[in-house]
Amino acid sequence: MDALNALVAFLNFVFVPGLAYGAQLALGALGVTLIYGILRFSNFAHGDTMAFGTMSTILITWWFQSMGLSLGPLPTALLALPFGIAVTGLFLLGTDRVIYKFYRAQKAKPVILVIVAMGVMFVYNGIVRFIIGTDDIGFSDGTRFLISARDFKEMTGLNEGLGIRMTTLITLVTAAVAVALLFWFLNKTRTGKSMRAFSDNEDLALLSGINPERVVMVTWLIVAALATTAGVLYGLDKSFKAFTYFQLLLPIFAAAIVGGLGSPLGAIAGGFVIAFSEVTITYAWKKVWNYLAPEAWETSSLIQLLSTDYKFAVSFGILIIVLLFRPTGLFKGQSV
Amino acid sequence: MTPVLKNTGLFGLVAVLIIWTGQVYGWNLALTIINYGLISAIMAMGVNLQWGFAGLFNIGVMGFVALGGLATVLISMPTTPGTWSAGGFRVIAALLFGAATIVAAILLQKRMAKGKTKALAMLAVLIAGFFVFRWIFDAGVEAIEDIDAASTGYLGGLGLPILIAWPIGGVLAAGAAWVIGKTALGLRSDYLAIATLGISEIIIAVIKNEDWLSRGVKNVVAIPRPVAYEIDLQANQEFVDRAEGLGFDAITASTLYVKMAYASLFLVVLLILLWLAQRALNSPWGRMMRAIRDNEVAAEAMGKDVKGRHLQIFILGSAVIGIAGAMMTTLDSQLTPTSYQPLRYTFLIWVMVIVGGSGNNFGAILGGMLIWWLWVMVEPAGNWVMATVTAPMEDGYWLKDHLQDAAAHMRLLSMGVILLLVLRFAPRGLIPEK
Repeated sequence: MDALNALVAFLNFVFVPGLAYGAQLALGALGVTLIYGILRFSNFAHGDTMAFGTMSTILITWWFQSMGLSLGPLPTALLALPFGIAVTGLFLLGTDRVIYKFYRAQKAKPVILVIVAMGVMFVYNGIVRFIIGTDDIGFSDGTRFLISARDFKEMTGLNEGLGIRMTTLITLVTAAVAVALLFWFLNKTRTGKSMRAFSDNEDLALLSGINPERVVMVTWLIVAALATTAGVLYGLDKSFKAFTYFQLLLPIFAAAIVGGLGSPLGAIAGGFVIAFSEVTITYAWKKVWNYLAPEAWETSSLIQLLSTDYKFAVSFGILIIVLLFRPTGLFKGQSV
Repeated sequence: MTPVLKNTGLFGLVAVLIIWTGQVYGWNLALTIINYGLISAIMAMGVNLQWGFAGLFNIGVMGFVALGGLATVLISMPTTPGTWSAGGFRVIAALLFGAATIVAAILLQKRMAKGKTKALAMLAVLIAGFFVFRWIFDAGVEAIEDIDAASTGYLGGLGLPILIAWPIGGVLAAGAAWVIGKTALGLRSDYLAIATLGISEIIIAVIKNEDWLSRGVKNVVAIPRPVAYEIDLQANQEFVDRAEGLGFDAITASTLYVKMAYASLFLVVLLILLWLAQRALNSPWGRMMRAIRDNEVAAEAMGKDVKGRHLQIFILGSAVIGIAGAMMTTLDSQLTPTSYQPLRYTFLIWVMVIVGGSGNNFGAILGGMLIWWLWVMVEPAGNWVMATVTAPMEDGYWLKDHLQDAAAHMRLLSMGVILLLVLRFAPRGLIPEK
């Protein structure tokens, strides 16, 4: 019984939250890794792209809500998501046309593009703050819990409850659908194949008649879809705040680098590695320990390896370990 | 137009802007802008050393600035009585033990033969070391934080004159830079960027959460000053008489006097650093640095130690940033960990370097002063623009309120636009490298 309780506590506080967070990071890291693979620079504006996408989705959600539209038990934001993606896609294409295209034509060094991305980051950040402000915004509606912790306890008679939130389920399902679509697109369609060819060897791809501008355009659209989805899922799960999204940059980049920059599969693996390490290291294991350990060994200390304030340190630590021992990442990524 | 004339003109322009500010908004604001502008210029010089002369991409400026700030507390605040005997030595012992654990792990990594035993041994040393460290550390921390938590609850400093904290801030930043450089230099340039971004977030997290060290979010206030206090000046009859002779009342005169005293201290530091940087960069060492930046492979083929030189200049640049960070906390006379925001302390400094002209020390100084002036002035300008735009709208109309509230966010937007415009149309900056 105690073992079962320990397992449920572990699932409730570590596994399920880690899974949802991992899926969100994986989607974010996929966007970073795609830009790196095809446009060949580290896009520091990615966190703010996510913020922009989420902001547009929130605005459309509010508009739908004011018209009385809803999805019943599901959050209205899900209905607004495709529109949010469309707005973000147009916005990114506009940015590319006005800013990045010039440097592409010049064949500027990647580090110059990174600095350009820094300027873009400032502008996006300013726009988001300008439009929606800096406050914490919760925009999740519909049913909160699929199974609440209390119902679970009553159903099973255990001391520990396993609460499954609607947003967790939505995160996992949406992320799975998005990843499946992405991989289908990259592996099966003509455009997807041309993108991979472009990423592997630009000159060869150009020689075989692939239109680079088209590849770039499709990439930005996919990045808009991934970033907006990641941002909306994160916002539904927690809440939306411009600054938090900027800070997500670190775990997202850590995930992409740990997985191997330029490798989509690696980005997903990296996302979960970072998320699970963050959750396990900052979780107070007291409960689980006290169920499992013999009575004499019970403790009143929290058994928390690091306080949650240091969660950045965790993703950073993993990043450093991977950089030291396997600089190309878990799945062999590109290394320019 | 000769470059000298153009550059003098640009510095003249900044001077005119500041004088204009003084006449419109008062000399107190103008002097505040000069003070922070000088500090920003030093930070920009530090980043310029790394980026302009070595091509190293450091986006963790905020962390080094904060370390400088921490140095002022550790050096100049009075020691909190009783904390050392209560837990201070215990905490230091824990930290030493932690460092020893890491050294042991590194030694194992270097000495043992490859294989599973090595991995297991390292893991065992690190995990056991961590738990022992926490066991020693936690009790000490608790004892320190229990001592009069409302007003102190931290170790305090050494009670030394604050000017000593400036070089010490540089040393702290240099130490952090050494650790980052050892791990991330020699890898791809983006990796260094991410590593610096990460370490700066961690430094801020430590300063925010380790109450025994820096009081965390409770802030350290009333850090001693290197210059006179306004209140003492106002009580000084001689000062009051002289102020009246110049046509100022005592209160205004005292605030202006204090700010000018700071400005001259900062100017001295700036000039010393500028002199050193110019000397270094026109020496064979400086030529070697630029050669490495322009073609690493060729420089390496010529027998230059690229990684070693990179480490060297990365440490030097970070130290300069640390000195500026200590100066800034001195000027604020308080350490407020929550005020360290990456957009303000990392990315704004980058805008200064790029706009001023990377690879040129005078460019960095110009960029620092000019962009700081803009950063301060964009807010009133934004308010003015919004007031003009919304003037025809009715009062209470939602868009009017929203636009007026949003004026405060014009800063980031305008800095981004300036950065993008300069990168596009004058990529070498206002004062390009020779």
